[in-house]
Amino acid sequence: MKPFEYARAATPAQAVRGFAPGTMYLGGGTNLVDLMRLGVAEPERLLDVSRLPLDAIEPVGDRVRVGAAVRNSDLAADPLIRARYPMLARAVLAGASGQVRNVATVAGNLLQRTRCAYFQDVTRPCNKRRPGSGCPAIAGDHAGLAVLGASGACVATHPSDMAVALAALDAQVHVTGPGGDRIIPMPGLHRLPGDEPERDTVLEPGDLITAVELPPPPEGASAYRKVRERASFAFALVSIAAVLDVRDGAVAGCRIALGGVAHVPWRAERAERALAGGPATGEAYLQAAETELEQAGPLPRNAFKVPLARNLIVATLEELTP
Amino acid sequence: MNRIEARVKVTGLATYAAEYPVEGVTYACAVQSRIAKGRIKRVDGGQALEMPGVLAVLSSEDPPRLAEDADPELALFQSREVAYRGQLIAAVVADTYENAHAAAAAVRVDYDPDDHDVRLSADHPGLYRPEVVNPGLPTDTGHGDVEAGLEAAAATVDVTYETPVLHNNPMEPHAALAFWDDEGRLMVYDTAQGATASRDLIAATLGLPPERVRVVSRHVGGGFGSKGTTRPQAVLAALAARAVGRPVKIVLTRQQMFDVTGYRTPTIQRLRLGADPEGRLTALEHVAYEQSSTLVEFAEQTAVVARVMYATPALRTAHRLVRLDVATPSWMRAPGECPGMYALESAMDELAYAAGLDPVELRVRNDAETEPDSGLPFSSRNLVACLREGARRFGWEHRDPAPGIRREGEWLVGTGVAASTYPARRLPCKAVATVRDGDFLVRLAAADIGTGARTALARIAASTLGVAPERIHLELGDSDLPDAPLAGGSMGMASWGTAVVRACEELRRDGKEGRADTTEEIRSDAPLARHAFGAQFAEVRVSAVTGEVRLARLLGVFAAGHIVDATLARSQFIGGMTMGVGMALMEETLTDAEFGGFLHRDLAQYHVPACADVPDVEAVWLEERDGALNPMGSKGIGEIGIVGTAAAIGNAVYHATGHRVRQLPITPAKILVPRF
Amino acid sequence: MEITLQVNGVPRTVDVDPRMSLLDLLRERLGLIGAKKGCDHGQCGACTVLIDGRRAVSCLALAVAVDGSQVTTVEGLADGENLHPLQAAFIERDAFQCGYCTPGQLCSAAGMLGEPGPSAVTGDLLADPELTPEEIRERMSGNLCRCGAYVNIVSAIAEVAR
Repeated sequence: MKPFEYARAATPAQAVRGFAPGTMYLGGGTNLVDLMRLGVAEPERLLDVSRLPLDAIEPVGDRVRVGAAVRNSDLAADPLIRARYPMLARAVLAGASGQVRNVATVAGNLLQRTRCAYFQDVTRPCNKRRPGSGCPAIAGDHAGLAVLGASGACVATHPSDMAVALAALDAQVHVTGPGGDRIIPMPGLHRLPGDEPERDTVLEPGDLITAVELPPPPEGASAYRKVRERASFAFALVSIAAVLDVRDGAVAGCRIALGGVAHVPWRAERAERALAGGPATGEAYLQAAETELEQAGPLPRNAFKVPLARNLIVATLEELTP
Repeated sequence: MNRIEARVKVTGLATYAAEYPVEGVTYACAVQSRIAKGRIKRVDGGQALEMPGVLAVLSSEDPPRLAEDADPELALFQSREVAYRGQLIAAVVADTYENAHAAAAAVRVDYDPDDHDVRLSADHPGLYRPEVVNPGLPTDTGHGDVEAGLEAAAATVDVTYETPVLHNNPMEPHAALAFWDDEGRLMVYDTAQGATASRDLIAATLGLPPERVRVVSRHVGGGFGSKGTTRPQAVLAALAARAVGRPVKIVLTRQQMFDVTGYRTPTIQRLRLGADPEGRLTALEHVAYEQSSTLVEFAEQTAVVARVMYATPALRTAHRLVRLDVATPSWMRAPGECPGMYALESAMDELAYAAGLDPVELRVRNDAETEPDSGLPFSSRNLVACLREGARRFGWEHRDPAPGIRREGEWLVGTGVAASTYPARRLPCKAVATVRDGDFLVRLAAADIGTGARTALARIAASTLGVAPERIHLELGDSDLPDAPLAGGSMGMASWGTAVVRACEELRRDGKEGRADTTEEIRSDAPLARHAFGAQFAEVRVSAVTGEVRLARLLGVFAAGHIVDATLARSQFIGGMTMGVGMALMEETLTDAEFGGFLHRDLAQYHVPACADVPDVEAVWLEERDGALNPMGSKGIGEIGIVGTAAAIGNAVYHATGHRVRQLPITPAKILVPRF
Repeated sequence: MEITLQVNGVPRTVDVDPRMSLLDLLRERLGLIGAKKGCDHGQCGACTVLIDGRRAVSCLALAVAVDGSQVTTVEGLADGENLHPLQAAFIERDAFQCGYCTPGQLCSAAGMLGEPGPSAVTGDLLADPELTPEEIRERMSGNLCRCGAYVNIVSAIAEVAR
């Protein structure tokens, strides 16, 4: 690890004011410290924002505001979240381990970086880590990587479970920064790699996530399911967050987001459109899944994710069908 | 009696290699090669040397003095040739862990790279027939006419299985803390499965007489073979301590462990089996293709299991090796037997289907009277009894053999069986037993790497002396104690126990002290086939939606001679079986074809089983009396637990799904694409 | 930077390099070797300690970032000579072999027993689930044990949870 300065911010405004090139915000540290030890992240200055007064989960009208510094475990254990957003609680509980969730923050979870083996190894090329150096994953190990929205420059996946649920919930990410305050609707926080894979999100330097606001929960039944070969404490091969509202045998509302398949939590909008108003049947679910996955561009070792995602969409929607 | 060291282990007081409080300790961090083959042009430690706290940079720019015939994996910084990506090529010593690691990242190395070759294949032009395979066994054996046997068979299988690179991954990283005393004697706290062997190898590497080196390993955080032979960290700590004139501590990072502490070679195994209409083997051929490095020939004895398991009129076993630009493979729990039995016992399952026979029954029908390859009588062989007892306990009799027909919701359910075997050997060992304060002190350089060796040896000593085990005090894990072989090859307890019994017998006669050296006793052992046997039964659930495989239950029944301590034995068996679950379902290190070296060098990418993967695992054993082994009548149990587990699980996956996966690990991808 | 921690109830003030992890602080500066370094990346759980009563991986906590915290390590679990019930159960059930993951397992279990709410395997998210073996296995999956002592670890924790 390269030497760095450490400082703690007392307020979000102070954090933003204190930001300078070379600065990184430190939340729980469960990914950033990991990346610093690998030499992937080399901040000159750490600005600790984990103790900012952003650790409340509170109802705001018919919405719920979750502070950026709320620990993952507190989010999942919160009675309001469990009751109103069970899919979110389940997604958070599916991630990492108890002793990591106790430390990791909501903002940190959103901003965690890909676990692509090449990205994490500074002795190998990676366009995300060193733009222009190449993407060896495409010809090499990509079994865990993206089948949707990838580019010739990067096939990384976003590893978060929580972000997948937030994408399905149309959550809004509150940001403050040198350019003022703004709200970014999920899944718009993250971006596809294109030819700038070094940028995971649309955030600008100095931007600080202050909260995630949850709109009223959508009508219908919801689920989060994660597929992995190890039964726990593993990143998703593919995961799904789904909400389905069936009325009189027809799909009145449907939201589907996939994890482990793209550089972003992937909102399956084509499938959602295909299902809207149509029959709530296994056949329709299969067709919708296939419509969504027509745009997949699998590589030899991750091609299994396409039938896996298809099966997962169909099985999850069937389970949610009354 | 609970484990003797239980209290220090649960209170955090047990001291592992990197944890001895030593005044003035400094920290070393290794620099690794970024090419897989070629030559180091220059190592520039200039920038590193100017960084805070840095005391020295070691590299081939100024090769430290080592013995000329040092093991090439331990001959640090002697050559500018690079044999594999990740090889240790330099090191930095600094005052703190943080400064050492930061400076190591600042060492600049220029290379002259060559094209590398890191890919094992069964048609690799470099394949050759090694002189012998580990541990000195014939490379190829055979009798009868395999082709004729296959020709005449009513049922045959001709199948190829692949196992990946596997890493031992003990929880304690390889570490060493070394310093030189005023008389020039080297002290090394090392993560070693044997203090005697580690002392000898460190001394030989440094060109010192063994008495100038002392190795202490009181507690070892697992090894599973990877700490069986001395690893570079011990030599590096010694060299660094000599360079800076202060104690040096080095703890390999988890990533570095993947590169320089050994691994199980990948294997490609072709099995050809034939059976007559009654299911009796007419021929068995087992050929294994494996890799080693360009530095050292390590030829794993994968196909030797076929020399032991089943009676057949025609048998051929063979091993072929290719030397690649990779790190040297090494010992990993049941080397040879573990991957070999995965393939043989999977092929037996396929033969059972081909012959229309129950897989337990097939194995029973092919039980061997004498060791098939050598013709030697067995000292004891209770494979059939293990199969029968396991079948009874598991509820095997109700099993419908048809694959792919049991379904609970989306989950397909299946069961599978496989046999286990492991040799029962022992090596010469010394021990001293004395009276101390009215109790008894037993001393030998044995190792407790988690097996409970202290406790089991105390029981053995107590039973010989006719006293309560609480009155026995054991000293081990120190090369200044009487020479003892390492904890490995399931030989530890048999070797150490023999010496402890003899020393205690002598103490009873003498009244004050007993000394034993079992060299002569072991030399006069009668030629017999000595092996432990077992049978494992697995039930799995496979999702027809996702291809996920979840273990439902796993039962092992073993016949391993006299069990010295039931609690410890059960833990060991279950531990081996649990590692076998990982081998079956998740463990795999990828080799990077483009850049060389390994990918997935951490515990988030190399998955070992987590608690949630291990629901219901039970191990039991049969009472087995065998007077031809050692004074305890025991067979080693450290390895047999992992032998056969992966096959039992793979066979259960086939039974659940009707799909045969012949490449470990059995991941969702391999189930989903062809099957669902 | 100077920081002050309460470690097992004792105030400790130390001058630390900002790069130093809480784990290295404990092991290399405070002489508390109970917390183990298994991976240094939060992937094995051997370094688990309690920070302000909550289980946490100490390898990914910068020492400077936990300034002012109360830290409990495995050395602080016992009450003098009286072992913590988890420690006693681990011994009775032979819930370890090499012992290297054990301090992390114990601290993790101690923290886990006090944690509210559901886990990934809980059926009803709104109920406070009973600590069945399945629940314990999921909640303890952040602590890897390569010796494969899980069966006994779960049985030891279940005994204490009862």
